[in-house]
Amino acid sequence: MVMTAVAPATSFQFCGRSFLAFVLKPKMPIAEWIAEADKWLSRSPGFFTGKPVVVDVSGLLLSKDNAADLIADLGMRDIRVMGMLGTDDRLADPSLPPLLSPPGKTEFQVANEKPDPRETSDPQPSPVLTPASSLLVDSPVRSGQSLFHEGDVTVIGSVSSGAEIVATGSIHIYGTLRGRVLAGADGNAKAHIFCRRLEAELIAIDGYYRMSDDISSFLGKNVHAWLEDGALTIKALD
Amino acid sequence: MAQVMVVTSGKGGVGKTTTTAALGAALAQHGQRVVVVDFDVGLRNLDLVMGAERRVVYDLTYVAQGNVKLHQALIRDRRIETLFLLAASQTRDKDSLTEEGVERVIKELRASFDWVICDSPAGIERGATLAMRYADLAVVVTNPEVSSVRDSDRIIGLLDAKTDKAARGERMDKHLLLTRYDPVRAGRGDMLRIEDVMDILSIPLLAVIPESEDVLRASNVGAPVTLSSPKSAPARAYDEAAQRLMGVDKPVSIPNGRNGFLTKLFGRRAA
Repeated sequence: MVMTAVAPATSFQFCGRSFLAFVLKPKMPIAEWIAEADKWLSRSPGFFTGKPVVVDVSGLLLSKDNAADLIADLGMRDIRVMGMLGTDDRLADPSLPPLLSPPGKTEFQVANEKPDPRETSDPQPSPVLTPASSLLVDSPVRSGQSLFHEGDVTVIGSVSSGAEIVATGSIHIYGTLRGRVLAGADGNAKAHIFCRRLEAELIAIDGYYRMSDDISSFLGKNVHAWLEDGALTIKALD
Repeated sequence: MAQVMVVTSGKGGVGKTTTTAALGAALAQHGQRVVVVDFDVGLRNLDLVMGAERRVVYDLTYVAQGNVKLHQALIRDRRIETLFLLAASQTRDKDSLTEEGVERVIKELRASFDWVICDSPAGIERGATLAMRYADLAVVVTNPEVSSVRDSDRIIGLLDAKTDKAARGERMDKHLLLTRYDPVRAGRGDMLRIEDVMDILSIPLLAVIPESEDVLRASNVGAPVTLSSPKSAPARAYDEAAQRLMGVDKPVSIPNGRNGFLTKLFGRRAA
């Protein structure tokens, strides 16, 4: 998740870090897609303001001019595009956002289920619409479900193997944690993770992570995890 | 009030069709008007297990597309008067069913039956989501092994997200039906224990069906196990499940390896 490669004591230093961004995937025809986006934005104005956004243009066959128009259209809606995905060098141009290579396997989206076209509103809680607040989930998070929330997440119930919670704040699980949880996902090193029973596939805070093999001594325990001096620290609570 | 019940699992081969037939027959034996509907277009099996494979003329696809009337496609069981079958098409492909068509058929079935039991295909694709779409309650069939449990967990997530009931903001009633349970192997640790499965899935337990040759024999002779060997342990477990679905308050029987059947009370709500 995080690669920190700090060069030895020179004035010029650099490091690589991974960040979380929203991926927008426009569809042809673009004009209709923009109209859809406008409808959505009218319900959540300012949702993308100041947030990093990447546009996935795979399958669109855009020319440079088309791409510039799309970026400008999004810019008018306060959506600042930091990069483009899913295209080759054809769209490499200093006037356009830089091209990104596709992510390995992690692609954070609000939900992994395709929204049902018949449902205008998601029947699941839409955590992402309430900025920087805490979200209470009072049912188990099932395998295959992916939850992204800006703020803290509290789950009353278990998080199944194959489920995933990504939060910018802390994560509290009042149940067994069998899936993956990523707290402090936008660079918040002060986020914590608590769970009643740890059987996680992966836990991460601010990009520092530990897999199930690295936490074997805490398996089955009630634990608290936080970042201390750049290390993900775990302590059993009882 | 008709109840539309989907029998689903995610994973294949865990006993959805067997369960559909056995529960359908058991409910009908208690005098309920029951129709079992096969949603496994292209790989239909329910007609075989119900022993009606030579009597299928029209199927769900014909009715959903409006080509024939519902009563022309319904097949009445020869043993129980109040039990009917609506078969799946074996020749069409899975896209031949539309949401509108299925919704209309389910609505029509609601009007003339107490129970509409939808036998879902395996997987989480179109057929499975159509089978669960208009259900009021779900029976999640699970084997006591990790892959089946994870797939069931996935399906439970979909039941809470992709059904009409979920879209209306209501909570889908879900019941766990554990099949192929072998108390001896569970005791040795070769199989997940009932408690483990309930802990992971967190839905109430409807029944535990013991692993038994009676189930296999029943499928092969084309009769639901509750009809072919009503005294057998699986048949009794299915019958209890049917009564529980009808609102009879009964503890769940847990098979125990030594003296056949030991009745033990399990919490109705899982932790």
